Amino acid sequence: MHRFANPTRFLKIAAAVQPWMAGLTIILFGTGLYMAFFTAPPDYQQGESIRIMYVHVPAAWMGMFCYAAMAVASAVALIWKHPLADVAAKATAPVGAAFTFLSLATGSLWGKPMWGTWWVWDARLTSMLILLFLYIGYMALQGAFDDRTRGAKASAVLALVGAVNLPIIKFSVDWWNTLHQTSSFMKQGGPSMPPEMWIPAVVMAVAFKTYYVWVLLVRIRQELTANKVRILRLKQVHGG
Amino acid sequence: MGKFIELVKRDLALAFRQGMDSLMVVAFFIIAVVLFPFGVGPEPSTLAKIAGGTIWVAALLSSMLSLERLFQTDHDDGSLELLALAPVPLEITVLAKVVAHWLTTGLPLIVTAPLLAVLMQLPSEGFLVLIAALLLGTPTLSLIGAVGAALILGSRRGGVLLSLLVLPLYIPILIFGVSAVDAAIFDQSVRPHLVFLAALLVGALALTPWAAAAGLRQALE
Amino acid sequence: MSQFLDFHFNGDNLVCVRSERTVFRGLTFTVPAGGALTLVGPNGSGKSSLLRMMAGLLQPASGSMTWDGEDALNDMDVHGARLHYVGHHDAVKPVLTAAENIGFWARLRGGGDDTIQGALDVFDIKHLYDVPGRFLSAGQKRRVNLARIIAAPAPLWLLDEPTTALDKATIKRLEAAIQRHRDGGGMVVLSTHADVDTPGSQTLNLANFACSAPLDEHVMV
Repeated sequence: MHRFANPTRFLKIAAAVQPWMAGLTIILFGTGLYMAFFTAPPDYQQGESIRIMYVHVPAAWMGMFCYAAMAVASAVALIWKHPLADVAAKATAPVGAAFTFLSLATGSLWGKPMWGTWWVWDARLTSMLILLFLYIGYMALQGAFDDRTRGAKASAVLALVGAVNLPIIKFSVDWWNTLHQTSSFMKQGGPSMPPEMWIPAVVMAVAFKTYYVWVLLVRIRQELTANKVRILRLKQVHGG
Repeated sequence: MGKFIELVKRDLALAFRQGMDSLMVVAFFIIAVVLFPFGVGPEPSTLAKIAGGTIWVAALLSSMLSLERLFQTDHDDGSLELLALAPVPLEITVLAKVVAHWLTTGLPLIVTAPLLAVLMQLPSEGFLVLIAALLLGTPTLSLIGAVGAALILGSRRGGVLLSLLVLPLYIPILIFGVSAVDAAIFDQSVRPHLVFLAALLVGALALTPWAAAAGLRQALE
Repeated sequence: MSQFLDFHFNGDNLVCVRSERTVFRGLTFTVPAGGALTLVGPNGSGKSSLLRMMAGLLQPASGSMTWDGEDALNDMDVHGARLHYVGHHDAVKPVLTAAENIGFWARLRGGGDDTIQGALDVFDIKHLYDVPGRFLSAGQKRRVNLARIIAAPAPLWLLDEPTTALDKATIKRLEAAIQRHRDGGGMVVLSTHADVDTPGSQTLNLANFACSAPLDEHVMV
């Protein structure tokens, strides 16, 4: 593990992997979107609007996946004081927030033809909305300190608290939702879905994953460079 | 245990001599609830429908008001360093401060709640359950809030940031608290709702002092 | 007559990183029972950081500290119990009297209220016994804070600029108190700009451990 702890070695590997990730992402997105728009069949009930699912569902998955990744990175940063873990958690947050927002936006677009309204307090959408708040709180806390290391540590604790709370929030929202009985458009899925539908969904999900890895590498490299600049500045100030 | 009581007594003494905090929280609680009839109209049936929810939302917001100062004054005047160095585990110190916070804000809210329930036309079946739910729920609010209060120490924009961190985490308590009151009004079993509130309290008691203490140690570095 | 056991407090090869900057490194110190260590050095050389590190408030980036040969920071409650820390703030609550302020910290360390009078007398502030903190001047607050460490004995005193706001007569009293503490086998580490007369004290110049070489890889990231 400490082979990768060394930022110099990490930077070398990252520089080598990054173009591959970029290429893979573009190819997968091209294929996935083509399949979603042209080869996948329209739904017998929802018609063409079902195609929003191919973006909405992977985005929602990624929103949750990124929060989990952030929590794991935060735990590693707190327990083993691994310098790259902090940077990785910090780099993941805005990407995860963007995915979460995308899933909310597409959910809203999907809701309009389905229910005739832009927003319905559906259990899944509501949970994603709260997840977005958690991301915003995390990023706000991180930026709220003059001392960056303090911001990183405080937000790491918050990420873990949020990760413990997320299942509870999810459960309570489901509970609340069944009490008030709203409908959901996500009734299909699982084994009953024909391959023409689940294959593009999987391709899109993998495309989102590789996109995340690509952006993560770019952001980590940026962050490490910014750190170097800041430390050089500090050396100027303190003459060390 | 003696030292725990010592810590609680100190915070209570500080709160009472500094005066107004508890009263202001209660005043805010009342005003916040009283705004709703102006917003939705005074029809008793409308008010009765939203009574449980508004009282809970207002309780959530009021209990957050004084949270920012939970560790802030001790942090600013150097007491927090000495508390961290005292031969009492910091987790216990956090717990003592949370108990004092609940006694000075949570408890007054619960005492005021029946009055607001009357103003909001809450059906009489809901009264006892509202009190029980608040008794189980408000300590959890203080516990979760303590984590947020510890994390924002030394930050710019403490208060607004605190609400951003803490309010999303309050949602489960709000949900179970309100559903308990609704269940009582519609003559359903209130037990599962109260059991969940109790479970949240137990979980928060076990976990939040650690997280808050970790936040305090970071703030002191 | 020795009040404390014959312990010694050591630091070995300590590195301090603050806000991504290496403040000092390779710092080693030894304080024997009855010993005193005076920290000198220019602003920003890490005198306060070293004292906070000795108190356990600040984790060393590397290196270790030992108390009587054992890892000093192993159990923070034990370490906290054997030291008194006087930082930049006086931790005097405005609504508590001088006696209540001192009494709280003494009781938290297992002491009683019987030592308060004597402690106040050491710094000639008996007349402030029941004066609330908000009426005290900066110098009086500092004296109350110093009386706090007399009220509940602990072998290691960590004093960060203890003479701030003190007049000449009080500095003399502080010197006498430090001497009595050392005669009883206690240790003192202090940083100071003014001259505090501590006979037989070692001096540690933090400028000698400043980081002039290129930054470490782990800091550089």
